[in-house]
Amino acid sequence: MATIDAAPPVSRRRSVWSTVLRNPSVLFGGSIALIMLIIAILAPFLDTRDPAEINPSARNQKPGYTATVRDDEGKRIQVKYHLGTDSLGRDIYSRVIYGARVSLIVGITVAVIAVFVGLIIGMIAGYVRWLDSIIMRFMDGLMAIPEILLAIALVSLSRAGLPAVVIAIVIPQVPRVVRLVRSVVLSIREEPYVESAITVGTPTPTLLFRHVLPNTTAPLIVQGTFICASAILVEAILSFLGIGIPPEVPTWGNIMAEGRTYFRILPHNILYPGIALALAVLAINMLGDGLRDTLDPRFAKRF
Amino acid sequence: MAGYILRRVLSTLPVLAIVAVLVFLMLRLTPSDPAAIIAGDYANPQQIELIRERLGLNEPILKQFIIWIGGVLQGDFGESFFYKKQVAELIGERLEPTLSLSLLTILLVVMIAVPLGVIAAHNHGTWIDRLVMGFSVLGFSIPVFVVGYILIYVFAVTLDWLPVQGYQRIRDGVGGWLLRLILPSMTLSVVFIAFIARMTRTSVLEVLNEDYIRTARAKGQTEMKVLVRHALANAAVPILTIIGLTVAILIGGVVVTESVYTLPGLGLLTVDAVLARDYPTIQAVILLFSFAYVLINLLVDVAYTFLDPRIRY
Repeated sequence: MATIDAAPPVSRRRSVWSTVLRNPSVLFGGSIALIMLIIAILAPFLDTRDPAEINPSARNQKPGYTATVRDDEGKRIQVKYHLGTDSLGRDIYSRVIYGARVSLIVGITVAVIAVFVGLIIGMIAGYVRWLDSIIMRFMDGLMAIPEILLAIALVSLSRAGLPAVVIAIVIPQVPRVVRLVRSVVLSIREEPYVESAITVGTPTPTLLFRHVLPNTTAPLIVQGTFICASAILVEAILSFLGIGIPPEVPTWGNIMAEGRTYFRILPHNILYPGIALALAVLAINMLGDGLRDTLDPRFAKRF
Repeated sequence: MAGYILRRVLSTLPVLAIVAVLVFLMLRLTPSDPAAIIAGDYANPQQIELIRERLGLNEPILKQFIIWIGGVLQGDFGESFFYKKQVAELIGERLEPTLSLSLLTILLVVMIAVPLGVIAAHNHGTWIDRLVMGFSVLGFSIPVFVVGYILIYVFAVTLDWLPVQGYQRIRDGVGGWLLRLILPSMTLSVVFIAFIARMTRTSVLEVLNEDYIRTARAKGQTEMKVLVRHALANAAVPILTIIGLTVAILIGGVVVTESVYTLPGLGLLTVDAVLARDYPTIQAVILLFSFAYVLINLLVDVAYTFLDPRIRY
């Protein structure tokens, strides 16, 4: 029995991943997301300058502006501002490229933390019956506060900075993960194999890790991807409103917030970071759509 | 039915109570001292203590809650630190732009998204369907403020057809009011049109396979009548659900849109209040928006019973 059992899961797992990778949404969204990740990592080598460097003689320039500056050794060099400059003379191109770093860090960190915290609370809610209704009422309350508004309220409570922003975006996401995990746990608990595991005296932690946890993986990967996209968007909104990450840090939201004043004359200050942001969110959402259709067909019909 | 509606109304009370507790606790459970944040970086301990006293932060937490919730129940949200007037009065002044924007947006969304979804479902699998779905994915991903600035650039700056920003009260002229709300409501509606067109398509598609649709067609009814009278009417419940649920996104969008177009509504008030660390105002606005969200979903649930007589809980 054991040998027969061991063989199929391996081949099935391989076939699942090949189905996933053949999905056009996964391919398209995943490739763009991967390219953005590579750009974010390689930011210093992509003909960028220090994104915080201020050049008072090159303020509010149009894309393609070339300036002559002295380098560290005092030699005159030509500098090209591919996407122009902002009102402090900072290079928009470099800021947009470096902005990818902040956005992706926020997106991935929020997704990982929200999924992890939600998984633990969700398993407790699904398994410890007396805690269930207390936890879920609390989560209902959190979910009744509109996501962005809750994030806005939470950032107002602490001093601005990356950790505060991450926490403020994580908290509204947690109840959604909790609900998902809880519903999986509740449905798994009634399965015959779980009941037989209980009958043979499997201790609860083993039961949760061996039988319940693997069943939450697929929906959580899907949910995590959507949370990542949503987190990038909310971070940009908070920065844009001027209540997120401090303005000197290059984030797409901050670049756009800075570009508001001269928008009529220099629309590129808002346009380019806006395109980058839309592309990132679109790519990750498409990746999520594709993953949901292939990994988690049960939920595919929800939308 | 009356019994169901009553039970549904009563079931929202605990949620509202928990929201109130959360909004109250948020300020108290913060790791940093709210009084110190309000006082700013250069305040001395006496000034901070004065603010603590004024906020009532030295009282036991339960007493603070009872005082606060007692006030809220009577419509008294305290005094704004920043604007130096009653928060309730402040909210009253800011209500009109927000309501105008939201209602106009919902009107626009229903007028555009529902027909779009029905058309996509009717032409299922063709390029029209793919076009609508493509727009839907795109519309869902482009951030509200990017849409806003693109529209401003095209219609206000380049073509000069519409005003760039600002608001005109409805009593100062309906024409000017509407003119200034066209771009904001177009901006805000993009996400919802994407969402609701998609949802409409899915639910109409499901219904189109039903026997009664075939019967209707066999009777020789026009396709228009089949789609609207038979398909859409039966697909209305899921569409309504999604409209109810997307109110949360609408509220988030209102905050951003008002900021882009400098509409002096509740959204702009929220942002200004956060920048000024004006906690009584923040609490009141969050509470108000959350209550609106919960109540709208209550209305949606109650509306089901009228739309679909099969639904009984």
